[in-house]
Amino acid sequence: MFTKFLEKTGEVTIRFLKSCGRLFLFFITGLINIFILPVQFGKILDHTWFIGAKSFFVIVLTAVFTGMVLGLQGYYSLVKFGSEAGLGAAVAMTLIRELGPVLTAIMVTARAGSAMAAEIGVMRISEQIDALKTMHINPVRFLFTPRLIASVISFPLLTALFNVIGILGGYFSGSVLLGINQYDYMDTVIKNVSIEDINGGFLKSFIFSVVVTTICCYRGYYTHLSSGFGARGVSLSTTNAVVQSCVFILIFDYIITFFLV
Amino acid sequence: MTVPFIQFVNIRKSFETQEVLKGIHLSIYSGEITTIIGKSGTGKSVLLKHIIGLIHPDSGQILINGESLHQLSAEKIKAFQKELSYMFQDNALFDSMTIYENIALPLLENRYYPKNQVRDKVMNHIRELGLLGSEEKFPAQVSGGMRKRVALARALITDPKIVLFDEPTTGLDPIRKKNVHTMIKEYQEKFEFTAVIVSHDIPDIFNISQRIAMLDEGIIQFEGSKKDVLDSQSLIVNAFIKGEEA
Repeated sequence: MFTKFLEKTGEVTIRFLKSCGRLFLFFITGLINIFILPVQFGKILDHTWFIGAKSFFVIVLTAVFTGMVLGLQGYYSLVKFGSEAGLGAAVAMTLIRELGPVLTAIMVTARAGSAMAAEIGVMRISEQIDALKTMHINPVRFLFTPRLIASVISFPLLTALFNVIGILGGYFSGSVLLGINQYDYMDTVIKNVSIEDINGGFLKSFIFSVVVTTICCYRGYYTHLSSGFGARGVSLSTTNAVVQSCVFILIFDYIITFFLV
Repeated sequence: MTVPFIQFVNIRKSFETQEVLKGIHLSIYSGEITTIIGKSGTGKSVLLKHIIGLIHPDSGQILINGESLHQLSAEKIKAFQKELSYMFQDNALFDSMTIYENIALPLLENRYYPKNQVRDKVMNHIRELGLLGSEEKFPAQVSGGMRKRVALARALITDPKIVLFDEPTTGLDPIRKKNVHTMIKEYQEKFEFTAVIVSHDIPDIFNISQRIAMLDEGIIQFEGSKKDVLDSQSLIVNAFIKGEEA
């Protein structure tokens, strides 16, 4: 009984360590290939369009309602202390330092990250990745590197968009609907948000872009090693990619916040 | 005696608990078409994938011109692999790319030629393989036979010295099958590449093959010319050719 428990624990540990090693090597290979010429401009542009531009509406929609909810909740909390004039600062700080980067990363994971994992997963099970190898094309360079660069470009831009739209959403619910002075709202935003806050938010979005893209592409690339085969394997990889990305976004959010504050 | 171009020496390969290859000895000679026949699921594709390096043996050696593949320098292995091309059983075409892009991919990614030359070369293959007018379509928009020809065009576009065909005629009607066989033969004669074909098309495939090997129960049961295979006294070989259980 005890021996079996030890065997199982050892097996799980070895599998986990192997997986960590593969993930690390996958990331390093993708990273090194960024600096190997020729630069894959066409592919980077395609993926930036898919990850960045095509996420525009989902980000705008999420940001508007997040900002509006923050405006609403913030107003009813601050009004108890007679400090509703500080609503703009509260909304902006929450968005720029925390919710903007986190929600952007989660939304992009749901939209583009899942697509990355599924697309690469299908390529794996239909031998397209093997075909790349037989054509002497480095599959990690071909599939992961352009997506990594595109994500690093897209995530901070989408985060900036989320922040701006979210602040406007807060303005709409705070000033337009609940009657806070619009100048007070904007004035507190401008006076209280520092460049360190903005940089901190961008640092988070940069790290999230690397984490999300690496996990999603890795999951797709190693679909054949997941516990399911064929379409089921792809579905498992996609689910794992999204869940793990979201969990790691929150873990890294805590770590970065711990070092920033 | 001629040294085989590629030689399998006691190759063994297992997947988890199942031993698929149980000591393969096989010689493939330069400039010839070697066909590997055998029942489905006997490891023919596995054997083929050993040559291109997609699968590595558990034990045994693969010799290239008499030299062990594992003892070759990295440059020599790279040079050898650059001469190889592989046509997958299920084509493995990139479904998000057009037919033109699929065929041009190895040339564009490896920068073998300038872009304008790539276009000429790809269009030439498209014309020769009867794919003209379909170059802007996606693989899902064309028939199974056309997808096979796209895969064939992609395998031949780099002018390889060794082409590995994994069941190149699966799912084709008899006329298309004959066309593919003729094309392989014509291209092989034209470009003088070494071909290794995994096929079930018996006896049609014998007409284009110089050597035939039969894989069964994890070992090569027979290796020889078309005449040898037809004259063979082996029960396993005879039964397989006649489509009977041995």
